[in-house]
Amino acid sequence: MSAPVASGTVAVTSRQLARRRRRAAFGRSWRRFRGNRAGMVGLVVLTLFLLVALCAPLLASAEGLQVTKATGGVLEPPSSEYWLGTDAYGRSVLTLLIWGARISLFVGLMATLISMLIGTLVGLTSGYFGGWVGAVLFRLTEWFLVIPFLPLAIVLATVLGRSLMNIVIVIGVTSWPGTALLIRSQVLSIKERSYVERSRALGAGHRHLIRRHLLPNVVPIVFANTTLTVAVAILSETTLSFLGLGDPTRVSWGSMLDDAYSVGAITTGSWWYFVPPGVCVVLVVLSFTLVGQALEEVLNPKLRER
Amino acid sequence: MSIVAADPTAAAAEAAQVNRHRRRGFGRYAGFKVLGALGSLMFMLVVNFFLFRVLPGDPARTMGRGRLSTPEQLAEFKKTYGLDEPVLQQFGTYLNNLVHGDLGYSILYHKDVSEVLAERFWPTMLLVGTSTVLAAAIGVWLGIRAGWDRGSPLDRFTTGGSLTLYSMPEWWLGLLLIAAFAVGIGPLPGIFPTGGLHSVDVDPTSLKGVLDTAWHLALPVVTLTLAYLADYALIMRGSLIDELRSDYLTTARAKGLRDVRVRDKHAVPNALLPTTTVVALNFGFVVAGAITIETIFSIPGLGLLTTDALHVPDYWLLQGVFMLSSAAVIAANLAANLLYGWLDPRVRT
Repeated sequence: MSAPVASGTVAVTSRQLARRRRRAAFGRSWRRFRGNRAGMVGLVVLTLFLLVALCAPLLASAEGLQVTKATGGVLEPPSSEYWLGTDAYGRSVLTLLIWGARISLFVGLMATLISMLIGTLVGLTSGYFGGWVGAVLFRLTEWFLVIPFLPLAIVLATVLGRSLMNIVIVIGVTSWPGTALLIRSQVLSIKERSYVERSRALGAGHRHLIRRHLLPNVVPIVFANTTLTVAVAILSETTLSFLGLGDPTRVSWGSMLDDAYSVGAITTGSWWYFVPPGVCVVLVVLSFTLVGQALEEVLNPKLRER
Repeated sequence: MSIVAADPTAAAAEAAQVNRHRRRGFGRYAGFKVLGALGSLMFMLVVNFFLFRVLPGDPARTMGRGRLSTPEQLAEFKKTYGLDEPVLQQFGTYLNNLVHGDLGYSILYHKDVSEVLAERFWPTMLLVGTSTVLAAAIGVWLGIRAGWDRGSPLDRFTTGGSLTLYSMPEWWLGLLLIAAFAVGIGPLPGIFPTGGLHSVDVDPTSLKGVLDTAWHLALPVVTLTLAYLADYALIMRGSLIDELRSDYLTTARAKGLRDVRVRDKHAVPNALLPTTTVVALNFGFVVAGAITIETIFSIPGLGLLTTDALHVPDYWLLQGVFMLSSAAVIAANLAANLLYGWLDPRVRT
């Protein structure tokens, strides 16, 4: 670890200096992000959805989710009492939508967390250490990349069984290879830079190099990639739930669509049942994509001129 | 293309040299790619084997969930599927069966899995093939126009539309189309069938049958085309924009070529490379893409087969579908790599 360095009269440690510089860089990035209109719109929409998900118990009573306590009629169209009508069991679609946001966002975020952890670990190791470990990990990543996602996820979900955690795991372990490749290429290029070489010449160990030089440079890219991965994870959750592989005891946007489809809401024209969940998915996924693209643009100068 | 007009013999010699250069190194490159694909294939076979046998818990219990109650039944089940043998021996049997085209027996259809897969192959190819061709053509066209004239209304429409389509589960789009055009909205009646490959009472090989099939496939093809289109339009736009800064375009303009000619003869051929690869790559995801669309439109292809197998669950059938879909991706990957290597000698390193 670095010792305090006296610079003139004020003693500033290298750590303080690095932190200050990082804060300034963060400020610059944030100002640039604010200038990106699409990214800002995405951020506002996401904040709204997150608030709704967090405040779900305040907005609609959880009792509205229970089939036995349903108060409305079967597939009632929107009215002043049920703003978005009722489902096949007489539950308010709006209540389901609000509570569904929780599950959909939870699965999306948790699966992304798993995917990011595996992706970063594999990418960092294969890029940094190289050699045969790196080569094997790289091959493995490439192999995982060619396994078609949906069939693999279906097989995994069938074998593991249906539960909330399992769907998180299935999406998490099937969506990491892209991240791993991205990080690997980034690490390969950073590793060769002169300041890393200088640090190594001064006797820095692997731990120091990875924590002080590689991770801080890789994290912004991981961050931009994360928002894009969440978008894909939410789409995956919706599709897997629609195929009946989600947790049967929880309501998510995907399971609402599955219910709507299986009770024949499409043929009876009960649009209030199958349109709103899809619109929510599109809005959230689009927002994550817009934010992710804006972040990429802010963090990757090469893309800025597009 | 040379800037200065050269004499014909020199041009011919140059062309011959380019040709020779194009061929040189391709064999080696292709060899490596084929080896890589074989490696992927082996890996896929191992994953496939272990996925169904070694994953948490007892495979016999997972596979026979709900159907095996007594220990005798369990033992019988294990014996039938060879699950009482050592894992390595099982793997050997699995490879041996595979080489002989034996993918197991479907409990859902009471037929060999390979037979079921063969029956269901063509509807999927028809659906996905048609959609891929349409999506590639329209997507590339839109991408070129959007990328060449950045910021124009068409560009904004293409980018916005593509991102929205990209954020949409394609089966939900399909459901909306069914609701609008097959069921009908309010007083407007539906004009397309809600599902199926063709009507039951027509012979699919007659002219009437072909038209009937086309009428049935219209909505699913539109859905899949829209789903794929977004990807191709965005990639084509991106790679054309990458080319815009190239010096050879300035040169072409300096020669006095018209804008359209600079675009179509110089920029587009180079920008097409990544899109070609992506189209080839995506085609590998034939089965994956068809799963949800075939399900909602009840088209008897590999996709619907997957969801049917899933609901039973019919493990041997699922394994067969998984194997086929992975093999398709590997083959498409190889094709894309070879195509790219042929078109762009720079990647043969």
